[in-house]
Amino acid sequence: MSRQTVLFDAPGPRARRNVRVGNWVGAVVVIGIAVFVLIQLNAAGQLRPELWAVVVDPDSWRYNFLPGLQNTLVAAAYAIVTSVVFGLLFGVGRLAANRALRWFSGVVVEFFRAVPVLVMMVAGYQILGRFTAVSGTAQLLLSVVIALTLYNGAVIAELVRSGVHGLPKGQREAGLAIGMTRGQSIRSIELPQALIAMLPSLVSQFVVILKDTALGYIIVYPELLRSARLLGSGAPFAILQSLFVAALIFIVLNYLLSKVAELVARKVGGRTSGKARANPAPPNAVTVPAVGGGTQ
Amino acid sequence: MSEFLAVLSNYDLVGAYWLNIQLTFFAGLASLVIGTILALMRISPIPSLQFAGTTYVNLIRNTPLTIIVVFAALVLWPVLGVEFSTDFATNFFWLAVAALSVYHASFMCEALRSGVNTVPAGQAEAARAIGLPFLPAARLIILPQAFRGAIAPLGNTLIALIKNSTVAAAISVPEISILMKEMMENEGNYVIPIFLTVAVGFVIIVVPIGLAVTYLSQRLAVSR
Repeated sequence: MSRQTVLFDAPGPRARRNVRVGNWVGAVVVIGIAVFVLIQLNAAGQLRPELWAVVVDPDSWRYNFLPGLQNTLVAAAYAIVTSVVFGLLFGVGRLAANRALRWFSGVVVEFFRAVPVLVMMVAGYQILGRFTAVSGTAQLLLSVVIALTLYNGAVIAELVRSGVHGLPKGQREAGLAIGMTRGQSIRSIELPQALIAMLPSLVSQFVVILKDTALGYIIVYPELLRSARLLGSGAPFAILQSLFVAALIFIVLNYLLSKVAELVARKVGGRTSGKARANPAPPNAVTVPAVGGGTQ
Repeated sequence: MSEFLAVLSNYDLVGAYWLNIQLTFFAGLASLVIGTILALMRISPIPSLQFAGTTYVNLIRNTPLTIIVVFAALVLWPVLGVEFSTDFATNFFWLAVAALSVYHASFMCEALRSGVNTVPAGQAEAARAIGLPFLPAARLIILPQAFRGAIAPLGNTLIALIKNSTVAAAISVPEISILMKEMMENEGNYVIPIFLTVAVGFVIIVVPIGLAVTYLSQRLAVSR
């Protein structure tokens, strides 16, 4: 709560009373909105027990939620591994001494960061169907993984690069002073520290990967959202309830992952001269600059 | 090449991109408004409002956008009866705008809040030291610096919103990714050129905005 010291002085007796009154008014408004939503839900018949019974039924979990969740996790796991590999390759490529290699890696990274994941997913599906023999679920899974890899790999490549640039200048100078070449200093001094410093942001990026597997819904990959929708489309049409449960599963998984990111940030802080911290704001695609990077 | 151009001229690419831009524009405005309210709640000294704002942000930003969009089309409209227009296509367009706004509001809120966090405590202390009361200190000293600090994260949220406007495809709003799929299915010989065309379209839209954001945030940065 350090931000409050910026905007507000330590409150005196009158300010404390105002805060107390404001607190009650705020609570009443927030609870009022919640009650209004519940009344609306009730009026639409969405609080009926038989609808909620659908999503706690063990059979719904056995045939819908768990298989869907499994497909989501499989896609996310493949995409995490491949995008880390992609990111390391192109991140190091952007730091290479060779100008052509640096330029090529830069173009690849900037291109895939500017194209929406969904566009790559849809195109990947069509291109696979046209030029390869893969079909069925394998084709769907592969398109999801490829699209997630290209985008998130490009973001991770940027993390590698900004990790190296974020190190104190003295690290590189020390390497050069003891007679290393620029490449040697990058490989044995800067990259190892940069990789440790970027670990928390890397874990935050995994949240984005997990969330974006839901885009597979659009190309009909049988992931969690798709199976929740199938469950909700049958009688007694518990669509609100099944989407609610699907969202809840994502929220819990992502919340745990972001806690891991914070934990990692605390653990590795002392092992690098770079700045190790979990993304304070969103574990999300959005906050990584699309071009130019490294503002402020 | 000329054959491919002839194929392209059969499709309304610009019209589809225009739909993405409209989605972005309306959702951008709405999410900025909601995000500002949330940010005010989170930086206020009032615990109940802080709690409500924090809960909203943590729940929404951990939910996939696709779920929110699908929720709007399958629950908000048919089950809960929220209807923006009796025209089917118009209704779905606004449902998509609503979903995009709700999702990106949490990121707008965090962008604005991170702007406030860039202002060092010494600035507020200096304002108090020269006798400025709360509101003039906020108006003259803190908020101008906070807005400058928020430019880069706000710009990044805008770029993400442009790209995420394609997710409206989940509820059949005929934007660019739906058109691309249709083109690829009809013109099987040109799948790769079609992908490159659509992708370059996004590069053309996104890169200038990114450069502008970088330029502005550096130019307006408060030097410390």
